[in-house]
Amino acid sequence: MSSLSLAVRDSSTMLRRNLLHARRYPSLTLNLLLTPVMLLLLFVYIFGDTMSAGIGGGDRSAYIAYIVPGILLMTIGSTVVGTAVSVSTDMNEGIIARFRTMAIHRGSVLFGHVAGSVLQAVISVVLVGAVGVAMGFRSTDATPLEWIAALGLLALVSLAFTWIAVGMGMGSPNAEAASNNAMPLILLPLISSAFTPVDSMPGWFQPIAEYQPFTPAIETLRGLLLGTEIGNNGWLTIGWCLALAVLGYRWSKAQFDRDPK
Amino acid sequence: MTTPAITANGLRKSYGDKVVLDGIDLTVREGTVFALLGPNGAGKTTAVKILSTLISAGPGSGEIRVGGHDLAADPQAARAAIGVTGQFSAVDGLITGEENMLLMADLHHLSKGEGRRVTAELLERFDLVEAAKKPASTYSGGMKRRLDIAMTLVGDPRIIFLDEPTTGLDPRSRHNMWQIIRELVTGGVTVFLTTQYLEEADELADRIAVLNNGRIAAEGTAEELKRLIPGGHVRLRFSDPHAYRTAASALGDVAQDDEALALQIPNDGSQRELRSILDRLDAAGIEADELTVHTPDLDDVFFALTATTVPAQTTQPKENAR
Repeated sequence: MSSLSLAVRDSSTMLRRNLLHARRYPSLTLNLLLTPVMLLLLFVYIFGDTMSAGIGGGDRSAYIAYIVPGILLMTIGSTVVGTAVSVSTDMNEGIIARFRTMAIHRGSVLFGHVAGSVLQAVISVVLVGAVGVAMGFRSTDATPLEWIAALGLLALVSLAFTWIAVGMGMGSPNAEAASNNAMPLILLPLISSAFTPVDSMPGWFQPIAEYQPFTPAIETLRGLLLGTEIGNNGWLTIGWCLALAVLGYRWSKAQFDRDPK
Repeated sequence: MTTPAITANGLRKSYGDKVVLDGIDLTVREGTVFALLGPNGAGKTTAVKILSTLISAGPGSGEIRVGGHDLAADPQAARAAIGVTGQFSAVDGLITGEENMLLMADLHHLSKGEGRRVTAELLERFDLVEAAKKPASTYSGGMKRRLDIAMTLVGDPRIIFLDEPTTGLDPRSRHNMWQIIRELVTGGVTVFLTTQYLEEADELADRIAVLNNGRIAAEGTAEELKRLIPGGHVRLRFSDPHAYRTAASALGDVAQDDEALALQIPNDGSQRELRSILDRLDAAGIEADELTVHTPDLDDVFFALTATTVPAQTTQPKENAR
């Protein structure tokens, strides 16, 4: 068997294993979905009037339109925390030692986790998106091509953050530590343009908010779904995602190749 | 002569300042059981981890070949020849026993039908049919161990590493495991076993290496190892101090234990020597309350070889009542 088909075959076996875990024990994934949904409800129904004034007037539906793209990306950040936790738990299992002594594709354990996690992230985004639609979110002028691009963007961001989360999970001795270490992935969207425009933030903070990975991704998604100006945010997003994915992949692989304890 | 299943020269491994394996040489012939025997912390598990490609050998180690493949140059080829059942169960607790087996079948690239057939066969053989649809985390220790071995066998490995396969098992499960190991060897499989039970090594192994402090203290068959230490003795125990003293003077050259009222007479376990002791006791009109014949067993070898590190245990030789 060629090394590519070996990689594909073993990775898909590992993916099936991870999906089986997720299906058998869905509580972790579902719990992580609560955070973005709660924030969506909170910011729209409780703070909605103030927040909509903050984005330059308009009513509550204008704020729903503003916040949903941010919440969708936050969903990704939240889902991959689950990835870090499950990778960390899994690495402490005896079965991983067994995999290491088998003539399987070396990276398949990690690829299986990543593929499973990206799938879960996309499903989570669709679920949270459905909540947004139920609350009144409508895409104004997105063409089918823009919808596809939006989905592609969400998948790409999921892939990038999943690899980072896998690295964090591998570097954590246990599930609690993994959950703590991955916390920035939930916090980062809070200081992006998800809830309020960057130019409403203090001047010294604006560069941080503007150039961190979530803001360009959120602005790009807004552009695709709502027709706002994308500018160079699309390229920034792709750049961030590729950089994070490569970094996360190398970090994870280096940790996996190290001798286990 | 066929190529040995496993050869290792000058196997070394240290963690920081702590030397775990201090240059051990191993050769395991194909189709035999090799037991690595040693107290806790002797380095048994580390040796298995290195030989099974889980961790790399330390710097300064010589060549290691498993299944004819150099571990440093081609670990994947070696992995294809081996199966490993570690000390801690290597099963996926979140999925069922059957799913664990099918997972192994997929990773060995068996066809769907073949995978189902092998799974059904092994679940049957290891008495796991009833539990097959339950999550492996709900299994008892013995069941987990059986599932573990069953998973190892899916790929039909020619060389199997078993790291303390019976530690923590009840006597029945232990004997079942021994039976499984014997069947494997009958099928031509080479088994590399670690154990801290001398009885187990004696029962199963063709060759035994005693590992102590990261070095091989002795190696050979169980018989060869037993010959390494001084012969056996007969032990007589009395409850009457007078009989004890009379016996001591009647028998002459004996070791006396005044506290226990016990005498220890050097003896090779032969009928003739035993009779001569009994004759002398009869002649003196003494009857011992208890007579035990002690032949050297692996315990003696083990304690003699590892004595410097476990002095507390040397005072308790095992007696075999005959």
